[in-house]
Amino acid sequence: MKDGSFWNKKVECLPEKELRKLQLERLQKIVSYVYERVPHYRKKFEEAGVKPEDIKSLEDVRKLPFTTKEDLFVDYPYGLLAVPKEEIVRVHTSSGTTGKPKAIFFTKNDIELGAELIARCLVMTGTTRGDVLQNSMTYGLFTGAFVMHYGAEKVGVFVVPAGPGNTERQLELMQLFGTTCVHMTPSYALYVASLIAERGIRDRLNLKRAYLGAEPYSEETRRKIEEMLGIDVYNCYGLSEMGGPGVGFECPAKDGLHIWEDAYLIEVVNPQTGEPVEDGEVGELVITSLCREAMPLIRYRTRDLTRVIPEPCSCGRTHKRISRMLGRADDMFIVKGVNIFPQQIESVLMGIKGVAQNYQIVLEGYNDFLVRVEIEKEFFDGRIERLLQLKEEITEKLRDEIQVRPKVELVEPGTLPVSEGKAKRVIDKRKL
Amino acid sequence: MKIKQISVFLENKKGRLYEALKVLQGERVNIRALSIADTSEFGILRMIVDKPEEAKKALEENGFTAKLTNVVAVGVKDEPGGLAAVLAYLYEADLNVEYVYAFVKKAGEEAIVVMRTSNLEKTISVLQEKGVKIFSFEELLNF
Repeated sequence: MKDGSFWNKKVECLPEKELRKLQLERLQKIVSYVYERVPHYRKKFEEAGVKPEDIKSLEDVRKLPFTTKEDLFVDYPYGLLAVPKEEIVRVHTSSGTTGKPKAIFFTKNDIELGAELIARCLVMTGTTRGDVLQNSMTYGLFTGAFVMHYGAEKVGVFVVPAGPGNTERQLELMQLFGTTCVHMTPSYALYVASLIAERGIRDRLNLKRAYLGAEPYSEETRRKIEEMLGIDVYNCYGLSEMGGPGVGFECPAKDGLHIWEDAYLIEVVNPQTGEPVEDGEVGELVITSLCREAMPLIRYRTRDLTRVIPEPCSCGRTHKRISRMLGRADDMFIVKGVNIFPQQIESVLMGIKGVAQNYQIVLEGYNDFLVRVEIEKEFFDGRIERLLQLKEEITEKLRDEIQVRPKVELVEPGTLPVSEGKAKRVIDKRKL
Repeated sequence: MKIKQISVFLENKKGRLYEALKVLQGERVNIRALSIADTSEFGILRMIVDKPEEAKKALEENGFTAKLTNVVAVGVKDEPGGLAAVLAYLYEADLNVEYVYAFVKKAGEEAIVVMRTSNLEKTISVLQEKGVKIFSFEELLNF
């Protein structure tokens, strides 16, 4: 393992006790802050029968009500704003799939906070002055690109604000400016990597690292991209509601994502009951932003599934780690009474030779589902037996993993939706 | 005297076979023989064409998955038992047939049987020994 260096060693390695003390101070402060400034929070707290002075320990956070997506639409769009409107310098919205997008506001300090956290993330993984970061996330209402951009500039990194898509131009930019790191979604990275392999232009690139986030992906996908490109891939996690990327980030140990606990208080709860799960158990991530000004959120239900990794990290940072995202509480689907996450399917598929990058899960009924899998071009040798064997292998391995036997359909390479953004993996045809 | 056959992976999707043949038409590729092996969800289109390399390139450029494989083209009398006689030789030599397809130019004359077996070299030598006609690519095109 390489030695990670530090952007803010004092905070990143703050002894556990001091870190908890700092968190409690900030929690008490932010709870009073929203109680005084946000009528909706005051009302929620009063309904729950809790006052800011009731928060005497970090565990007391559980006395506070959760904030859910629905709360973001109360008195939309300014219902949860905690500062006068004049303090807002930017808005980002979430990539809402239905109806209104979530509107998340930023003050000048919020922008600065996001940049500080990203700076820690980049330096931790070896990106610093002299590096060239090609930022291939969407610039616009989505937080991903901007927050990374500001953080990288803060470190002194040369940023190429490429945005997503137009893969030909991405490859040209990489060669022209000697891009050393990229920031993109994992599904797009797979696509770019396969194009680089196809063109045989790896030698002309100076790529060293990729920061991949905005959609969950498996360890197998990470390894596949690392092998295809000969680079280090770091998993990053964030959400617009918490200010974008940089909430959780992998260090060179690549074993879980550190949450910057001076800025965020995390809990992992049972998605059904809201009760805390044991450390190490999978549940829904709940986050309280401790430092955001414009729109702090208290106990926000992220709907993302993860688990806490309780052991201290070999990198020396004291901030708690969580596992890579194991899916969305909402993506989970139930077939024959079994809870299934798309991540499970993906990790099985990535381990099978002959399977290309794209796949699709089609839910047709409550007792069966279909997995459509692209075959790898090179795998096809004209023999039907070979394809039937592959189909059988996929079916059996999936059944071993999820205990339900899916229908498997092999499709031509390149026919499933190509992912130049967030890949839609699950198609639900059931009439709910 | 192996012959290059082009195999195309086809999803069971409306119009997919037509699209493949349209690509070949656009390249002015002429098809000498054709067969389709299918399962419930996908099929494999196998063809003997006059320009196999060009056909493969054009199909791939149009998003198809194609592969060139070697097969043997055998001349068989167009009469009852013609093909059975050839298969008997292969059976005796312990050769497995993966697939066969045949075409006839004019009834009563010679038919050509395209086949892939477990061992093409051995197939050729066994059949030649028995006096069975093995077609070269040029002969096949002029047939």
